[in-house]
Amino acid sequence: MKTIILSILLLVLSQGVFAGEGVDLQQANIDPEDRASILHGAKNFVTYCLGCHSLKHIRYQRIAQDLRIDEMKVLADVAPQGASMYDPMHSAMNAHDSNKWFGIQPPDLSLIARSRNPDWLYTYLKSFYADPKKPLGTNNLVFKDVGMPNVFWQVQGEQHAKLKLGDDGNETIDELELVEPGTLSEQEFDILVTDLVNFLAYVGEPVKQDRERIGKYVIFYLIMFLVIAYLLKKEYWKDVH
Amino acid sequence: MKTTRLTTCANWFLDRFPLTKLWNEHMAHYYAPKNFNFWYFFGSLALMVLVNQILTGILLTMNYKPDAQLAFDSVEYIMRDVNWGWLVRYMHSTGASAFFIVIYLHMFRGLIYGSYKHPRELIWIFGMLLFLALMAEAFMGYLLPWGQMSYWGAQVIISLFSAIPIVGDDLSLWIRGDYVVSDATLNRFFAFHVIAVPLALVMLVFLHIVALHEVGSNNPDGVEIKKYKDKEGIPLDGIPFHPYYTVKDLVGVGVFLIFFATIIFYLPEVGGFFLEADNFVPADPMKTPEHIAPLWYFTPFYAILRAVPDKFAGVIAMFGSIAVLFLLPWLDRSPVKSVRYRGSIFKKALALFVVSFVALGYLGTQPATPSATQFARFFSLIYFGFFLLMPIYTRWEKAKPVPSRLTKPLSAVELIPALRAALNEMTVAAPIQGHQSHTFIGSEFRRKPNPEGIRNVLVRLAKKIKASFD
Repeated sequence: MKTIILSILLLVLSQGVFAGEGVDLQQANIDPEDRASILHGAKNFVTYCLGCHSLKHIRYQRIAQDLRIDEMKVLADVAPQGASMYDPMHSAMNAHDSNKWFGIQPPDLSLIARSRNPDWLYTYLKSFYADPKKPLGTNNLVFKDVGMPNVFWQVQGEQHAKLKLGDDGNETIDELELVEPGTLSEQEFDILVTDLVNFLAYVGEPVKQDRERIGKYVIFYLIMFLVIAYLLKKEYWKDVH
Repeated sequence: MKTTRLTTCANWFLDRFPLTKLWNEHMAHYYAPKNFNFWYFFGSLALMVLVNQILTGILLTMNYKPDAQLAFDSVEYIMRDVNWGWLVRYMHSTGASAFFIVIYLHMFRGLIYGSYKHPRELIWIFGMLLFLALMAEAFMGYLLPWGQMSYWGAQVIISLFSAIPIVGDDLSLWIRGDYVVSDATLNRFFAFHVIAVPLALVMLVFLHIVALHEVGSNNPDGVEIKKYKDKEGIPLDGIPFHPYYTVKDLVGVGVFLIFFATIIFYLPEVGGFFLEADNFVPADPMKTPEHIAPLWYFTPFYAILRAVPDKFAGVIAMFGSIAVLFLLPWLDRSPVKSVRYRGSIFKKALALFVVSFVALGYLGTQPATPSATQFARFFSLIYFGFFLLMPIYTRWEKAKPVPSRLTKPLSAVELIPALRAALNEMTVAAPIQGHQSHTFIGSEFRRKPNPEGIRNVLVRLAKKIKASFD
């Protein structure tokens, strides 16, 4: 009976009845310890994203503190003009305008790296392609019919979708190809996106580095505690037969 | 002895409060069987996790805002701007899952050693009420972060009540306090989560322990130690709970905390099982997530709910799957308590039950595709079969003779020689070629895997497992 159940379970798993859907994600090779990359990402965020998207759960001061750089440097290099040290990263756009322009209020991205994941963000940001059917002229391979335009069109250039005929006679997108190069090389653009994703991953959980650093000491202490507790138990129990 | 002011004060107190009596009755002179194995750690661990949840919960309420506009942001405020808030929050969120792991293992212990059987039926009933209260506590607590999964999970579960004929719609409206899950729901769930249910939990824990200490603890042999007492009326196979089990439970606490801390500091989300990715998106009543799944500890029951085609029948099946656990002491007709001396039918049924419970738990996390639903139906039948057929199969099972006194347990340290022998058999010594190593004594030989030996060990293990089912 057990063998029957086991084989049923194996069958279920091997058939992939519950397999997920969607495109294959590219690996975002982010390094959470690379503070320069995170700082670049912060600058890129302010340049390309902050116009529409806020990061209301992070303050400029916290960025300076976590990246171990001077507070004034963050104000000068990263923050938009007029922002204060203790401000969260608010966007200048108001909800009324964005609803009129995009039909939606661009979401706050403080936790986007936790609700999605870095690989998804990396692939998404690189997967915009020209689509004349859309009102803004672009579509996205990872997030179909997304309301967001390709903010990197100047640096990345223009990508077109290469179609292929599927077995069922429907055309599907095979891959994206760069038809018009932008101001950055492909490699430079990859670094820009990686830094940006690294920054968003940091903003998703600023305490992550601290948490992993402290964890080592806590676990070391607990192992010591366990050894002592075990010796104590052995001492007490030696007369129990 | 010279009476100091301190002893005078202490005596004044002790003359008016039975502290010594309480301590002796429940700790120093409470005699527990001396052969508890690792399964017996989970009771004290559950108590520790409860204390953890209460303490971290109190700290969280100091900064949390039970308001649909503010709740989500206040949780992030705790994670970022409150000193050590992230640690308190992760201790609380990990503690919730840890509570269920510990409780499921604690209940399984009761199941394999027959701890629910006469005279401990009432302990089991109190325990089941605790389990119900814990599920209510977890369900309502999960709404508080006000993320997408919080919101839609609550929406789905509360809407189940509307499947009840006649009163259903009014009932679910009454629970929510609104036509959809809203600020009103959040506020009342907050009240239940932080005061009403915790009070019930603490009172039930008290009753659970008082009832246990009245009849005494069961043990892996399912033997009543009170049958054999010495001249002073102390069970021959009993040892005082304090200090023996207090120091032993400290070891369990140490092991548990190492796992607990590893999760808190290194993988607080546990791949979406302890903290779901969708719950990092604020609740949006206008946008239903593609796939709504409850947290892992509810998924077996959720899978049973979805397995039944009719919604109301599904609700009955789901509550029935929990209600049937209350009847366990009366469903089991075997004269023997412990699985060690029970017949092969019960052991096989128990194995099937474990497989079906885990499978239902997995299916509950997955989208309900037609084939997944078929599997869920199959495993639901096994789940209910285990309990409802129990009066039949336990009555006729051939139990083995139960010893009159406790058997000696094998400790983990005593297993080491056998493990070492198995390791030696599975590997073969091969001389290291090339250089001479001085790092370890006798390390001119390195052990390599030995296919023949591995096969023998595995075959013996398989035979042993098979024999244990007879």
